[in-house]
Parts: sequence; structure tokens; C-alpha cells
Amino acid sequence: MNFKQTFMNGEQGLFKPATLTPMQKLVLRFVVVGLIYYAFAVIEGMIMRIYQIQPIEAIQDYQYFAILTAHPLVGIFGSTYSIVFGAFLFLVPYLMKKPLWSYKLANWTCILIGSGTLTFWLAGFFTHYAPLYTLYWPLPADFTQFNPLGGTFFVLGIAIVMTGTVFFVVNIFKTIVYTPDGWEKQPAKALFLSAMGLSGMTNLFRKKENQKEHLVSLPVAAIARGTVDTALNAGIILFTGVLILVYLIAHQIGIDLKNTAVDALLYKNWFWWGLDLIADGLVLIFVAGTWYLLAMLITGKTLFMQNIARAALLLELVVSWTVWSHHLMSDQAQPGILKVASGEMVTAFELITQGLAFFITLATLWSARPLKMTNPLKFLLGGLMGFALAVPAGIMQADLGLNRILHNTQWIVGPHVHVAVLVGLTMTLYSAIYLLFPIVTNGAKLYSQKLANFHFWAHITGGVGMGAFMGMAGLKGMLRRTIYLHGEFNLYMILAGICGLLLLLAFLAFFFNIVMSVGLKGVIGIFAPSKLDEKLLVPEPEEQK
Amino acid sequence: MVDSQVVLNGQTFAYTFYAIAIILLMLWFGYKVTKSGKTNQVSSTLFYSFVALLIVMGVSLHIVTYHTIPWASMDLNRKELKADKAFDINIQDHKFFLPAEKLVIQVDDKVMFNVTSSDLTYGFGLFRSDHSMVFQMQVIPGHLNDILWKFDKPGVYTIRSTEYSGPKGAQMILKDVVEVVAKQ
Repeated sequence: MNFKQTFMNGEQGLFKPATLTPMQKLVLRFVVVGLIYYAFAVIEGMIMRIYQIQPIEAIQDYQYFAILTAHPLVGIFGSTYSIVFGAFLFLVPYLMKKPLWSYKLANWTCILIGSGTLTFWLAGFFTHYAPLYTLYWPLPADFTQFNPLGGTFFVLGIAIVMTGTVFFVVNIFKTIVYTPDGWEKQPAKALFLSAMGLSGMTNLFRKKENQKEHLVSLPVAAIARGTVDTALNAGIILFTGVLILVYLIAHQIGIDLKNTAVDALLYKNWFWWGLDLIADGLVLIFVAGTWYLLAMLITGKTLFMQNIARAALLLELVVSWTVWSHHLMSDQAQPGILKVASGEMVTAFELITQGLAFFITLATLWSARPLKMTNPLKFLLGGLMGFALAVPAGIMQADLGLNRILHNTQWIVGPHVHVAVLVGLTMTLYSAIYLLFPIVTNGAKLYSQKLANFHFWAHITGGVGMGAFMGMAGLKGMLRRTIYLHGEFNLYMILAGICGLLLLLAFLAFFFNIVMSVGLKGVIGIFAPSKLDEKLLVPEPEEQK
Repeated sequence: MVDSQVVLNGQTFAYTFYAIAIILLMLWFGYKVTKSGKTNQVSSTLFYSFVALLIVMGVSLHIVTYHTIPWASMDLNRKELKADKAFDINIQDHKFFLPAEKLVIQVDDKVMFNVTSSDLTYGFGLFRSDHSMVFQMQVIPGHLNDILWKFDKPGVYTIRSTEYSGPKGAQMILKDVVEVVAKQ
């Protein structure tokens, strides 16, 4: 096939969208939405990288901060939530060998996350509403700086995303516990308890012969526990959104509510409690679960220290509810006991839980050597390395002494946030995408292994390098969430910009490779309705022909 | 008191060493996992030793820093400590309002900075002329935000807001308004 034919029909014409089940199409739609928003986030990131070297004349400071506000929300909600939710809505029924509880609800999750992200992005783009994702009170209701109508649409967009998230949560738990039509009655309560990890925890204290069988597999248990944090997070964000909306709408109808009615410190505590459930809850738990699943699928072996891994996931869930105070280490009105107990000590448990997941995954891989260095394996190793770098960086900043000189510097957002998200999380997701690609496309072939190799090396070099140079600037005092007009940290910012460019090139290589693998017709075909049964995950063998 | 620059240098060294070690470990693992070996089993002793190491590292970091970084304990116990000097600073409409044009401090004096905000959440940070940070804290409206600090050498410092407070906050900078002079 020549280039044009491959571009239209995909590599060797192997991808046939008409053979896909509705569930396969759904997961591919989630991935397409996620990748589009990832492109948004990368381009926004590059604009900001350039701006940190030299402010761009065409972009005013208020536009820069609107980009800064949209960037993490588009990255996390628009991209990561889409890819993760799509993958888990496919994997939970796949691993439990039962249909998804509601295909329609899953479809709505995709629509709501896609449209909600577009709504808040457009609100930010047109009105420059820019209170950042932190929304520190009373900034979201500061009408001397921000347009209240823009704010209303911005918050509405976030609320739409959260509604889609709630639908995802309901679908996951219902899928775990429900009894499909024609099946023998499923033990809903026992399934729920197993998914929450209580059986795994009690097994630690039982003799081997008395240990209870796990009703759900470890990856499903991880997904279920991460989903608990997803639900709590959605609740807090929705509650906060409603609070802000009250102020925004009241202002528009001529009533100015008192900002001081809300205590800024109390607000910061509850908001960080909820927000941190993403960073220290669902991300770490989902990622650990995904590592376990990938390690088992790559090796075909059972997980090393499986009961410990289950118990660690439950511990991580509890830890994630009690660590929020590490975000308030520099808030002097925050009680010292919370800073030490929650901020320092409980946060240190994340080193332990994530360290366990790291070790268990490596030990499982080691048990099956020699392994072929496939795309899923190399990206999994990249993801593991990302968290091995980012988690200790986070533990360091969650220290009373060090936080005093690190808080709000580029250290936080470089070696911790971006290395965790771009190297740790994103490379884990890429590993899952490369692994699931033939399953959800009924055997489509990757267009170019050379492009996949470039994707890997450019992404890991760019991600680690950008985090490192941002971190070096942070240690030299460079703040985040601000603008430097006189090139104070130019050396580091130029180097970080080059690394950012590598990340952009890596994504373009990946995107091009995927489009060439499935073809333009294939991409369009993903969005056409499937004629197959909604309950089917993958087609019956004869339907693939 | 140990200068914060010394702590930053120590952290740079420690983390760089760790990062290089972990990258080399992953490269080694990536190479070895594709090769056959004598044994593929990881012993449970190695696993539990690793768990013990994580616990020791996680807990000891804070104990070590509490005893070696002087401002850590001073911060937690600042209510019981007597300041040699105190400055009351207010922030409103993205502007700092200082009690004097220049805040003059003597070396080795314990100085309390009491900062309040009349509107938004801001930050209060002190920076050296090379832009490196001496310290920072958050400034929350409706609460007293106080930090006790001891300067160990003379110098001139810039105040800068370290928290985002909208686009107007980016230029909240008071250059060279804090001067630390030798003890008279």
C-alpha cells in the first residue's frame, strides 16, 4: 500500500471499524477525546514554556493566566479522565467477564467529559476567567479581575465534567455488583467488600488454608478503590462549584454577597481535601492497579505478593483521605498538629505504598524474564521510573523545613507534578494504549515501530528533562504561577523549553502513528454507530471476518 | 541560623544523586529483564527489607530535617519564642503596606513578620538579589499569618508575593526593602 492508501485505510487495511462492538467503539472514542485534549494541553504547555523564556507580545498577561488555569484542567479532566475512564469502563467488564451495567451511561460519560471540558476551555478562552485550579477563596469571586459571566460558564463546564464522572462511578460499581440478565444471582455485598479490599486485608491475618478467595481480581479492586476517591472528589468539586456559582449569579443579578462569609482557610482545607483525592488518591491507586494489570498481562504470571498489594491499595485509600494538609504547610494559621500529622507523617506513607507498588510490579516482571522489550513493557518501565522520581520529590516538599523554601516554586510543578503526570501517569497510560490497541481494534497493526521508539525516547527525555530543569530553577528561587519579565531564569527555561518541544514531537509521532495505523476512514468509522450487540465487549470470532 | 541557601544546596545534591541512581537502576532493569538469568524469583526477604527501608526513609526524613533545619522547630514553637523585633504588614488591592519604607533588621535578631490580607489570598516571600528564596508563607485573608526568622548575615532582600492572586499579582514586588545589618 502506498502512503495515501495507508493514510485512508490504515496499515495494511487491517482496521475495519464495521467489525467493532459498541463497547470497542466507545473506548476508542474516549481515547480520541483524550488525545485531542492532550494535544490542547501540550500546545498550551508549549505556549507557557515560551512565555517563561520571553513573554510573547501577542499574548497579554491575563491571557497567559487564563491558559495557566485551563492547562491542568484540560490535561487532567479532558485528557486523563477520558482515557482512564474509557479504559476502565472496558476493562472492568472484560476482567469480570460480564457486560457493562449501562452502555448508555458510559456513552454519556464520554459526551459530558468532552463537552464539559470544551465549555470551561471556551469560557477561559473568551473571557479570560483565571482563578487557577486552586480557586483560593475569594479569588473565584473577585469581580474586579474576572468577568462573572465567564466564571459562570467556566464553573458550569467543570460541573458537566463532574456529572460525567458521577455517571462513571455509578457504572463501575454497578458493573461489579449487578447480576446480568439470565445469570445466576451474584453476591453483590460480597463482591463489593472484595472490591473494597476487606477480604484482602483479613487474609493477611488468616492462615493460608483459611484465606478467603478473592471475588474480584486485583486490577478491578484497584479500579474500585480509586473510584471511591473519584466520587469523593467529584462531590467536593461540585459543592465548591455551586458555592462559587451562588456568588457569580448573585453578582449578575445585582446582589453582592459578602466574601468574608466564607472562611478562606476552612475553604482551602476542604477544597484541598477534595482536590488531593485526585493527586494522592485516584491517580496513585489507579496507577498502581494499572501497573499490576499490565505486569500480569505482559508476563502472563500472577502478581508477586498479591495479598500485600491488595492491602496496600486499601491503605493507600485511607492515606489519600488524610494527607491533604501537605498543601497547607506554608499556611501559618493551619494548626501545627495537622501540618506534622497529616502533612508530614501520613504523606510519608505514600512513599511506602507507592514504593510497594513499584517493587511488586518490577518483581512480577522479573519473574518472567527473559521478556521481549515491547512497547507496553518499555512504556510501563518509563511510568514506573516517573513515579520513582516524582514521589520522593513530593515527600521532600511535604516537609516542614523544606516546604518553607520550596512551596510554590518551580520545584513543585517540575520534578513533582510534571514528572508524575507526564512521565509516571502518561507513560503508564501509553503502555495501556499500546497493549489494548490490538484488542480494541480487532487486530489492527501499528504503522511504524520506529515512530513508536521515537515516541518513547522523545517523551521520556522530554518529560524527565523538563521536570529537571524546572526543578533546578525552583531551587534557585523561581516561582510558579507568575511571570518573569527580565529573563531571570532563562538558562533553565530555554532548556526546559527544548524538552517541552521534545514532548510535543513525541506526541505528534504517536498521533501520526495511530492515525496511519487505523486510517482516516477508520477514525471516522469509530464515530459511526455499531450494529453489534451493546452487551458484547469484543465480537464473536465469525463477526470479525 | 543556617542560611536557607545551604539547605537548598544540600537538597540539590541529595536529589540529583537519587535521580541518577534511579535512572541507572531502571536502565539496568530494562536490560536485565530481557535476558535469561540464574533465578527469576525475588525473595520475600528482599521485599520486606525494601519495605523496612521505605519506612525508615519516610519517617527519618522529617526527624532529620526537624533537628538540622533550624527554622522547622522555630516555626512550630514560634508562639512560645520571644521576637526581638516585629513588623506588621498589610496587603490590599495587590499592594504591600509596610510599617516603614525600609525594614531594617540586625543580624541574629529573631524577627516576626505579621502579615494580613484585607481581600485575597497572597504570598509573602523574601528573596536575595540573585532571585533565590530565603523563605515564604501564604497570606490568607481573615487570619494572622506570622513567621519568625533569624538572619545570620547582612544583606538586602526583596519582598515578593509568592501566591497567585489574579493577573495583577504577578508584579507584587518590593525591591530591596529589607536590609539586614551587622549587630551594633
